Amino acid sequence: MMVEPILHALGVVVVGSPVVLLTALGLPLLIGIRLSETVQSRLMKGSVVAGLTAAVCILGVMLVTGSRHVPIEFGNWASIPQEHFHFHLKFVFDRLSVPFVILSFVLCGTVGAFASVYLHRDRGFRRFFLLYALFQLGMVVSALAGTIETLFFGWELVGLSSALLVAYFHERPAPVRNGLRVWSIYRIADAAFLIAALTLHHLTGGGDFDGLMGSGPWPDGVAAIDSTSALLVGLLLLLAAAGKSGMVPFSGWIPRAMEGPTPSSAVFYGALSVHLGVFLLLRVSPLLDASVLLRVAVVVLGLVTAIFGATACRVQSDVKNALAYASLTQVGIITVEIGLGLQYVALIHMIGHACLRTFQLLRAPSVLKDYRMLENAVGSSLSGDKAGRSQSTSSLQLWLYRFALERGFLDAFLNVWIVDPFLFAFRSFDSLERRWTSLLSGGESRESDRLAPYEDSLEDVA
Amino acid sequence: MPELHMPWLGLSVLLPLIGAIIASLTKDRERARNYSVAICLATFLCAIGEWIDFVTLQSFEAHDHWNVFQLFGPADAFVVDELSAPLLPLGALLYLATVLTTLRTKLNRFSFGWALFSESVLLATLGCRDPWLVILLLAVGVVPPWIELRKRRQSTQVYSLHMGLSVGLLIAGQWLVGTDASADNPPILAGCLLTAGALIRSGICPLHCWMTDLFEKATFGTALLFVTPMAGAYVVMRLVFPIAPAWALQSIAMLSMMTAIYAAGMALVQHETRRFFCYLFLSHSSLVLVGLEMANPIGLTGALYVWLSVGISLLGFGLALRSVEARTGRLSLDGFHGLYEHTPFLANMFLLTGLASIGFPGTIGFIGTELLVEGVVDVYPLIGFAVVLAAALNGIAIVKAYFHVFTGTPHIATASLVCRPTERLTILVMVVLIIGGGVFPQPGVQSRYHAATALLKSRGVDQATQESAAQESHQNHSAEGSSLP
Repeated sequence: MMVEPILHALGVVVVGSPVVLLTALGLPLLIGIRLSETVQSRLMKGSVVAGLTAAVCILGVMLVTGSRHVPIEFGNWASIPQEHFHFHLKFVFDRLSVPFVILSFVLCGTVGAFASVYLHRDRGFRRFFLLYALFQLGMVVSALAGTIETLFFGWELVGLSSALLVAYFHERPAPVRNGLRVWSIYRIADAAFLIAALTLHHLTGGGDFDGLMGSGPWPDGVAAIDSTSALLVGLLLLLAAAGKSGMVPFSGWIPRAMEGPTPSSAVFYGALSVHLGVFLLLRVSPLLDASVLLRVAVVVLGLVTAIFGATACRVQSDVKNALAYASLTQVGIITVEIGLGLQYVALIHMIGHACLRTFQLLRAPSVLKDYRMLENAVGSSLSGDKAGRSQSTSSLQLWLYRFALERGFLDAFLNVWIVDPFLFAFRSFDSLERRWTSLLSGGESRESDRLAPYEDSLEDVA
Repeated sequence: MPELHMPWLGLSVLLPLIGAIIASLTKDRERARNYSVAICLATFLCAIGEWIDFVTLQSFEAHDHWNVFQLFGPADAFVVDELSAPLLPLGALLYLATVLTTLRTKLNRFSFGWALFSESVLLATLGCRDPWLVILLLAVGVVPPWIELRKRRQSTQVYSLHMGLSVGLLIAGQWLVGTDASADNPPILAGCLLTAGALIRSGICPLHCWMTDLFEKATFGTALLFVTPMAGAYVVMRLVFPIAPAWALQSIAMLSMMTAIYAAGMALVQHETRRFFCYLFLSHSSLVLVGLEMANPIGLTGALYVWLSVGISLLGFGLALRSVEARTGRLSLDGFHGLYEHTPFLANMFLLTGLASIGFPGTIGFIGTELLVEGVVDVYPLIGFAVVLAAALNGIAIVKAYFHVFTGTPHIATASLVCRPTERLTILVMVVLIIGGGVFPQPGVQSRYHAATALLKSRGVDQATQESAAQESHQNHSAEGSSLP
């Protein structure tokens, strides 16, 4: 009898702790109060410790009571009862969400502690931790979401924080352009997610995962839709997952995302964000049972991504990109595992991989320095690299090398077939509009055409 | 018909009219600005009073106390109803915020007298439901931007042609509407003419060029004040919605959807911030029209809610952009201007208001867009998916513009570019509305649902039909939440 209120209170703490952190960091920014680095760091640690402790307590209660499915209801956020419209806020603690949320808190805490030292006195310290809080909230909401729209809520927060952190060093154009690229791909993935969610609504009559995936606790649910519908919705969700996890053909954004500061690279592209796509596939895994074709599509996509990641990884010349492609390889393998119906294996693989990759990425900035110090101390090269006769290479090997070096030509493919035709079409429309308004005006109609790219003229205005 | 406890509507219209005379007679621009701020604030408070008074009456419509408008037209011409009650404070807020954020650098360019006159005309239009008076007020509202274009020695041909055509079509259409016109007995030709007139005013593609031309040639403030109240959508609701058959509304929705996607695409390829804002706004206002024309309770509720959310968020977005322009001059989107370090507050507000307009989670637009998409998918699933696509493109355009304006090599300025207190206050109010509306959406949803059902009744849609449709909808795909951009 007493268990339910305790679980509810703990659930509120788990979800509430990142909300409090975001408010505590965001509100002073709005009203112009400058928090010190120490205060921000303490707030971050307090939030992680509170959330993690509550999540572990929930796990403990679930183990003691033998419960596998604990829904925490927050009621309707908005509703129109007459039209049977409800936006239901519901979080679920089960065998999938509890490990993932604990993993999220552990890795966010680790990376937060690392970042508070790594970014000490950096100009963007405040911006980093605000986006970090947004990310943490997004991860917790996504992990615990009990309805597809709640999952989308968290999914969007993760996407925004991720893109803005890629552009963290915004004095240079390259990180900014890469951030925009990441955001664009996320928006496409989000659109696919939304359309899938809408289709699911119309097929099953609701957004609650319990209704969508049957009443059994994860992963034993049975999808309540037919094979064709499962294939349609599943393919859309696969597209969303591919975009979010950087799978083929969206892998081009993975190395671009490495422009961000190391802590964000670690937590986003080594650990959590890159796994959010596969987490979505795990969450809707009962759909795969309803369609063999969908299962095949998931396995093929995973396999292609893994092979591509492994190939590209071998030719990268910097450690962060090499690690990013190594992550992608593992994400591909995890996807294959999901496609084969090995949900628990995939979950364990995901957790292990996230922890290892976080460690590697956090270690990356200092490992070379340590290595050189060691070589200086020893007085000779430690690698044992010796120049030898170059081996002959076949044309296939050369092609593969170039393919890997050009990162599978995936960016070029997207540019040539999607981005460029889109821009060309709309620039043509723009040009037509210019002619039309000039014709109507009886002369040149656009003053803005004369603007130079960098014509900052404050003094002229004043 | 119930009566408000105070003449809120009369005061809301008369105060800015008197203020316009005072401001135009005041030679000192700084003093004229201060008078305008005071008048706009008083008008805003009256509009808020009207809304609160109306809500406490719990009626679909209400007369003003001491209905002074009886002197100018039919007794029931000026009333506050579910549709206009929140639009009046939104309109007043629009003017207050714009006047408050007008910096000294813009005092000589921005006409406070004409701005207050426009406010008076706008509030009268929003409080009017007599078709002929609505058309007359709409025609009068076109004049202040035209005068500004003339004063700035800019070509008025594009603007005059489109606005003239719009007003002409509205007059012809209304002239042909019979007294017995209704959704069941639609006057086809009159409906088409009225629709065409209203859609030109809304900037529907391909007759939208007047809007980009206005943003090019007028001051940013004037252009913002002219388009943001979405007078075209209001005309559709007052003149077309009650008499148009369902197929006609859905045709308008198709046109609006195409405009939304076209404008979203165009926003992505613009080289200059004003034109970018114009297309972004056009895309959003077209999405509102899509929902309005679905004529089902959820879609209409969503559209009415998005009308408010887009009004607030794009107002904040436009003002943030205008504040940046006041510091740097017109901005190109071909380079990176590096203004973040100077104005982090404006940068954050730019991003927040932009994201709120696309219905980002946690902001005022989230639930509205949710309802809109849900309602549209109920009628035309493919159009629902197109709404999602338009929102995705708008999202990319907003972040792209943010990057171009605020990131890049830090701008070197010889003067401080930090936010002025009035700007900070205005934008903070916007943020409170955006976040507050996002965290507590239920009162807004409930209010807009009442308005939607009342509007559907005005079309003669029988309640029993609505209920059976809702029942059927529930059986087929009862919506327990949904999704959204």
